[in-house]
Amino acid sequence: MRNNNMAEDCIYTAKDFKSDQEVRWCAGCGDHAVLNAVHKVMAEQGFPKENYALVSGIGCSSRFPYYMNTYAFHGIHGRAAAIASGLKVANPDLHVWVVTGDGDSLAIGGNHFIHVVRRNIDLNVILLNNQIYGLTKGQYSPTSLEGQITKTSPYGTIESPFHPGELVIGAQGKFFARSLDNNVKLTIEILHEAANHKGTSIVEVLQNCVIYNDKAYAAITDKETRADRQLFLKHGKPMIFGKDNDKGIVLDGLRLKVVKLGENGINEKDILVHDAHQPNPILHLMLVNMNYPEFPVALGVIRAVKATTYDVKLEDQIEKVKAGSKIHTMNDLLYSGNVWSV
Amino acid sequence: MTDKKEQITELEEVVIRFSGDSGDGMQLTGTLFSDTSALLGNDLATFPDYPAEIRAPQGTVGGVSGFQVHFGHSQVNTPGDYADVLVAMNPAALKANVKWAKHGGTIIIDIDSFTEKNLEKAGCVTDPLNQLGFRDFNIVRAPITTLTKESLKGLNLDTKSILRSKNMFALGMVYWLFHRPLEFTTKFFEDKFKKIPIIIEANKIVLKAGYFYAETIEALHPSYSVKPAQIEKGTYRNINGNTATAWGLLAAAEKSGLNLFLGSYPITPASEILQELSKRKDLGVKTFQAEDEIAGICTAIGASFGGQLAVTTTSGPGLSLKSEAIGLAVITELPLVIVNVQRGGPSTGLPTKTEQSDLLQALYGRHGESPLVVIAASSPSDCFHYAFQAAKIALEHMTPVILLTDGFLANGSEPWKLPKMEDLPKINPPLVEAGTVDYQPYQRLNESMVRGWAIPGTKGLEHRIGGLEKMAVTGAVSYVPENHQVMTIEREQKIDRVVDVVPDLEIMGDQDSGLLMIGWGGTYGHLYTAYRELKKEGYNFSFAHFNYIKPLPKNTHDILSGFKKLLVCEINLGQFANYLRMKYQDLEFMQYNKIQGLPFTVIELKEKIISLLEEQ
Repeated sequence: MRNNNMAEDCIYTAKDFKSDQEVRWCAGCGDHAVLNAVHKVMAEQGFPKENYALVSGIGCSSRFPYYMNTYAFHGIHGRAAAIASGLKVANPDLHVWVVTGDGDSLAIGGNHFIHVVRRNIDLNVILLNNQIYGLTKGQYSPTSLEGQITKTSPYGTIESPFHPGELVIGAQGKFFARSLDNNVKLTIEILHEAANHKGTSIVEVLQNCVIYNDKAYAAITDKETRADRQLFLKHGKPMIFGKDNDKGIVLDGLRLKVVKLGENGINEKDILVHDAHQPNPILHLMLVNMNYPEFPVALGVIRAVKATTYDVKLEDQIEKVKAGSKIHTMNDLLYSGNVWSV
Repeated sequence: MTDKKEQITELEEVVIRFSGDSGDGMQLTGTLFSDTSALLGNDLATFPDYPAEIRAPQGTVGGVSGFQVHFGHSQVNTPGDYADVLVAMNPAALKANVKWAKHGGTIIIDIDSFTEKNLEKAGCVTDPLNQLGFRDFNIVRAPITTLTKESLKGLNLDTKSILRSKNMFALGMVYWLFHRPLEFTTKFFEDKFKKIPIIIEANKIVLKAGYFYAETIEALHPSYSVKPAQIEKGTYRNINGNTATAWGLLAAAEKSGLNLFLGSYPITPASEILQELSKRKDLGVKTFQAEDEIAGICTAIGASFGGQLAVTTTSGPGLSLKSEAIGLAVITELPLVIVNVQRGGPSTGLPTKTEQSDLLQALYGRHGESPLVVIAASSPSDCFHYAFQAAKIALEHMTPVILLTDGFLANGSEPWKLPKMEDLPKINPPLVEAGTVDYQPYQRLNESMVRGWAIPGTKGLEHRIGGLEKMAVTGAVSYVPENHQVMTIEREQKIDRVVDVVPDLEIMGDQDSGLLMIGWGGTYGHLYTAYRELKKEGYNFSFAHFNYIKPLPKNTHDILSGFKKLLVCEINLGQFANYLRMKYQDLEFMQYNKIQGLPFTVIELKEKIISLLEEQ
């Protein structure tokens, strides 16, 4: 029943992945676009529908399962990564997706988040980062900016925020990508890459909360200026951006620098070429931490390094131990070793 | 040398307590003695008593590690209250354990260790051996360290290794005293130290040196013998509660045709279950050592959603951390076994000591109306049966089940007559087949009110479940007030109906004796021994022991209401007594409680019962 290789036999459209439940996110919420992207990607990936499972924790984003027509599990706050780990390990033929938020995964579930990344279990994790607690109505989150005014920080937060990409790389993450809720095309492209990547894929979606943190990303998403403030990374392609494709990123000593093509003798050859497959994370770390106004914000697949997954290693180990053991049944075990008869 | 044969005294039962510094190898010494006795056909029970610290300062009372073994010609159900023979490798061990030595018994000490410095480390102002109280004992002052060194002079061995083998000298002495052969132990050395022949040789030499020393000196009573017990025919092995628990779960996996998944986080005294199951990849077990207790249970819930026999194992503090997730398993109605090896609490409490104080937490320690099944094992070996039952009920009734064991059962061991897998019942979870039309996740399938278990990967059964309240039948999210009441009641009734598979409560003794001694879980051995001995002495009362806590056996009220006096004995302040009071408000319960991190002693139980009988 669980055949991974039937992709070509299954013709789906996004509609096949929609459940009959009414979607209850606020009008204008960035989650709607991400939901549509997930439906589309799952259909296009083409695996049998019954082989998808989606797991979430708690928060606005975590209502996702109810809007899916796959197997899905709505967990408890912060624990989606742990529940999904058990599900994938138990049932490695499933394609397991996790939908979570900045509060869910970086605060209450921080421990599970770093450990799932460290173990490299084959999960696709969508981290919807709106820099606020939405479902509890507007308290600051671990990604809220320092100084941000919220219901629990009326005088501004005094905490330094987590940068999800930095955390993922710190936890030895092998795949990290970033998209924007309003860039559905990019989200779809990234989600496909995340799905194809074997291992824990973390996709951060910068998502606008229209009610409690509206315009949090306006500085980089504004139509007029965004071309100069967003850098689309593509493996093997130079890091060029800007309305007129005239800006690029170079390595200046131990740090990155924005340069203008044609100025000071700089040409395309001088611009860094993105290598997402590079195991050494130093450059990836610099890229995930680029922020406006000094830098454009990096989007796309920033890091995608091949490594054997936990679930594969576990299956391999079981097969190896089975082959070398004299114990194949419970009776073998019960009557092994120090036993005596009366 | 006297003729030994003529002076052998036959004994019914004997308790030996080996004690020393935690680095002295007392657990191994005790285990080797127990294995030899079991192979000779004695019935026995053992219990280790070790400190929470891995290596507390050497020579201090805090660092004393002990191992007690009780073996006999007749049935043995406890590790024994007091020791006939106490082995104390240093002053601290003597100080910590002399209270467990039987008056008139034998104490074997390593006299070489009774130096001023060691006495000071043990906190002894004067040499305890000179104190009055010690006149009651037969004290054997053996120069164990000196003779161990002496016997190994010919081997090219470093001092550390030499000193490490002095426990074998003590073991050799005890072997002579109880007329035990050395072969099983020398065989053990040969297997264990296959790669270091010099260590095999050294241990053999020291073991024999101890044996011959005991034979030579006259301070020891001539050798004792304890004849084999009348034991049911069959194949046996020694097993402790944690291993038996792990194996019961494995057996349930085989009988259900499902893979076993264990999500767990190491915690004393439950870690051994995780360790044991980690070895069993040959049986396809997946053990997941999680980042914390919460992930332990959450991975298990994920695995249960994924169609496996899912288990999490822990002890008190871990059970607290898992509470929220247990509620998730309750509302999603997924099968899950939660093994709680109870220890002394609250908080970190007494990690290596035993207690029964998590009962109310198991029953009620969750927010919301959150019913589940609670069962308790009552001996090291029956942990196998109750772990199997916990899994069977979880799978067939689609519910979390908490299995309560405790530190005493977990670490205690006894001979166990091995079952045959073909004699165990099949386990039939309500799996929904592919192709089932109109699958409804919360449709109740039968009398026991279970919902169907549809495994991800099965075509056509895609569905969503989770922690939000479910609409009856469809399982869609529902905030309808009346529905919440319906579902709350259904969840409670589903657990109530498990009673149909719970065996009736049995009583030992007469229905009309007037006094019923009641116990539950790990106290069985001590309660039963007290009962048996008192009956033999002519006292008339009855005994009932509970393994099924929620739901209680159907006939519980019928049985209890037949007695004038009900005495609930437990290692806490009366949690089961209070539970029974709540359930049966027409009955009156008396309590007998102890909360010292230790099991009851048979003696104190007998005294309590006698005092109640004399009141009548």
